Amino acid sequence: MFAKFFDWYENRHDYARKWLEKNGGEVVGCFCSYAPEELTYAAGLLPVRVLGSHEPQDVTEPHIFGMFCPFCRDVLAQGLKGRYDYMKGIMLAQSCLHLRQTFTSWKNHVPADYAFYLYVPNKLQTDHARPYFKGELEKFKQSLQEWTGRTITDEALKETAELYNENRRLMHEVYHLRKLPNPPVTGLEAMVMVASSFFVDKEEHNAELERILPELKSRRLDRETGGRLMIVGSENDDTEFVKMVESVGSTVVVDDHCTGSRYFWNLTQFTGDIMQDIANRYIDRPPCPTKDWEERRRFPHILNLAKEFSVDGVILIQQKFCDPHECDMVPLKEFLNSNGYPTLFLEFDVTVPVGQMKVRVEAFLEMLGVEELF
Amino acid sequence: MAEYKTEPLKCWQKAKELRLKYYKDYQEARNKGGIRWAGGAWSFDAIPAGLGRDVYNITGEPYAASLAFDKKLSMECLEAAEAKGWARDLCSYMRNYWGSMYLGKYAFGGEYPEPDFCFQDHICCSHGKWYQHVAEYEKIPYFCIDVSVGPYKDLDENRLMFVVNQMHESIEWLEKVTGRKYQDELLIEAVENETRSTSTWAEICCLNMAKPAPLDEKTMYSLYVHGTLAKHSREVADFYEELCDEVKYRVDNRIAAVPDEKCRLMSDTQPPWGFLKVFRYLEKFGAISIGSLYTFGLIGIWETKPDGSWGPRTTPMQKGETISSRDHALRILADWNLSKPEWQHFYDPNLKTEMMLQIVKQWQLDGVMLHLNRGCEGLSCGIMENRLGIAKAGVPIMTFEGNMGDEREFDEKRVMARIDSFMETLGMEMLEPSAKTASP
Repeated sequence: MFAKFFDWYENRHDYARKWLEKNGGEVVGCFCSYAPEELTYAAGLLPVRVLGSHEPQDVTEPHIFGMFCPFCRDVLAQGLKGRYDYMKGIMLAQSCLHLRQTFTSWKNHVPADYAFYLYVPNKLQTDHARPYFKGELEKFKQSLQEWTGRTITDEALKETAELYNENRRLMHEVYHLRKLPNPPVTGLEAMVMVASSFFVDKEEHNAELERILPELKSRRLDRETGGRLMIVGSENDDTEFVKMVESVGSTVVVDDHCTGSRYFWNLTQFTGDIMQDIANRYIDRPPCPTKDWEERRRFPHILNLAKEFSVDGVILIQQKFCDPHECDMVPLKEFLNSNGYPTLFLEFDVTVPVGQMKVRVEAFLEMLGVEELF
Repeated sequence: MAEYKTEPLKCWQKAKELRLKYYKDYQEARNKGGIRWAGGAWSFDAIPAGLGRDVYNITGEPYAASLAFDKKLSMECLEAAEAKGWARDLCSYMRNYWGSMYLGKYAFGGEYPEPDFCFQDHICCSHGKWYQHVAEYEKIPYFCIDVSVGPYKDLDENRLMFVVNQMHESIEWLEKVTGRKYQDELLIEAVENETRSTSTWAEICCLNMAKPAPLDEKTMYSLYVHGTLAKHSREVADFYEELCDEVKYRVDNRIAAVPDEKCRLMSDTQPPWGFLKVFRYLEKFGAISIGSLYTFGLIGIWETKPDGSWGPRTTPMQKGETISSRDHALRILADWNLSKPEWQHFYDPNLKTEMMLQIVKQWQLDGVMLHLNRGCEGLSCGIMENRLGIAKAGVPIMTFEGNMGDEREFDEKRVMARIDSFMETLGMEMLEPSAKTASP
């Protein structure tokens, strides 16, 4: 049922090249889920989030010091290896220092016609962030117009925002089904569904979601649900890991990842000022830890997810050297534990030691008292 | 026979006393009915100054550097942080500071003096999170100003006002959490002091263009630190003016920091504080580190002069400008700080490479030593691109790995061996061959 999403996820470059042949325009690489894709799409471009390939690489050492996260280096490797040679534009939505270096090194060493650094505020817990970010979005819009020679009208922006909202609503529907005692969708399928939405024209993604949803509602999986797990943490599209977790008597029923629920959780609310509405949507979304201060607003959101999806335990995932998440892990673990949710902490690299992690996940599930484990 | 004469700095003792007074004032503030607050070295300390003359701060990075200098205490602090579960690769200043807080030990004797509130700014991933945890642990209020609005060359009204508006908001917050009425005249005075101290520090650094250099970087660490403690204070601004006069005297009289100066280098990022002997080791080759973008631009404020050279930024007072209101003071404070050299590379490493090459040219340097500092993601951001850019410009460059605040990540023997090799490529020989085998 999810074959199309897997195909898009695994063959992202083929898809992008075909999209270019069919639609003209350009593909723009985005380096963070704070990228306001609506503006790019409304300019007739295909926004694509650049993810890593989970392969060991040796091309980024001269560019990014080894103390920065493996994800940012894996992403840069994709550019240095020429895997995005069809991509003429890149944009960075400001978040952590790690991905920032991916963008700046890409700009220095990978041919591109267009590069834009969007100064997304890091302090979101102030009303001043709203007009400020709107002002920065105006600059991004202007820059896109100059590059493409196309005018981005408010009507086009509103249509695009509605298209993106529809995508978010449809993915919410799929996630909603994961609340059921026997979810008709696995964590692996959900992960690939969301990740593929980074690469695919939202019209096509919506059409596929609409196609599968009626069938999905009556789907019965030939597997035991087992322990209901939540995965929380840094960027994570490690399908091998989730496949392993779900092979030992558990189901990942929800997540808090920027490659998962954080990407689509909230909708754009329309008030008549489309640029402000888009700005507000990104300010109000579930935050990345690097933007979650002074108050911790991320933790109550995670707790709500754990409750709504009847979670038994939480796997805390952290990309090695990811400072923002490292700054959240200790208090988050305490917070979840004190609210009755056991946790397992795992550190991720470009490749993960699936065998070792399997032993730890099995032990965690045993601790949770998941009888059907064996 | 040494090539140049040398002598100790006359104001050295005063520098030491001023620094110790700063930490003592903070420690004793509460007993005297005053306020004490905590924040980073880059926080806008001129703003809380408007709460009264009995308000004292402790800045996290220099405090943690003091901890790191005391290897035994530092290890206790780092282990205390690790025992709480924090990752070992997090900012080592932050881990030292948190450890000191957990242990209740103050680096300057006695119990760790907990602050009344936290007041921070945010440009690197750790800034906002550092004091979020302090505030939670100490159960005190916390305000943080986001300054990540892009490089100064692209500053516009929207970006400036985002910072200024947060500053205004912070003053309302300060009044609320302290119950004190804010005094704009104290803010204005603090802004004047800050522009004076940070511009004067840049002027002092400019004097190091002289050959022989009147100051070496190891000495500069003990002097720039005042700007990281209380750049807004009259004491620091006055001290820097006094220091500037003395350094001018040294230049006029060719008094060298390193009497055998033959080779001029610059470093980058914070040094490994527990291993400042690296700089003394260089002297055995007649090499001097005249400073770095870090020592020049962490608190020094600079501008490009009409002839294209780099020099101290002209202060509002030097321009004949009178600061007339709270808003006016905050606009100046925001604009002034956003031009800080060490804030530019956060957006583009090429900006830092350009500044470093400017220093190489203007200070007539023979090479660059980059400290790949595992303890600071902020100042290590883009550092490998700096290496590529500097090498491309034909400037000899070496790197060494370390950690400003965690000695476990510094391999002393290996670093010294790399320095030996670098010196050889620069054609430098050990002045005292027998010293090579001695502990540097």
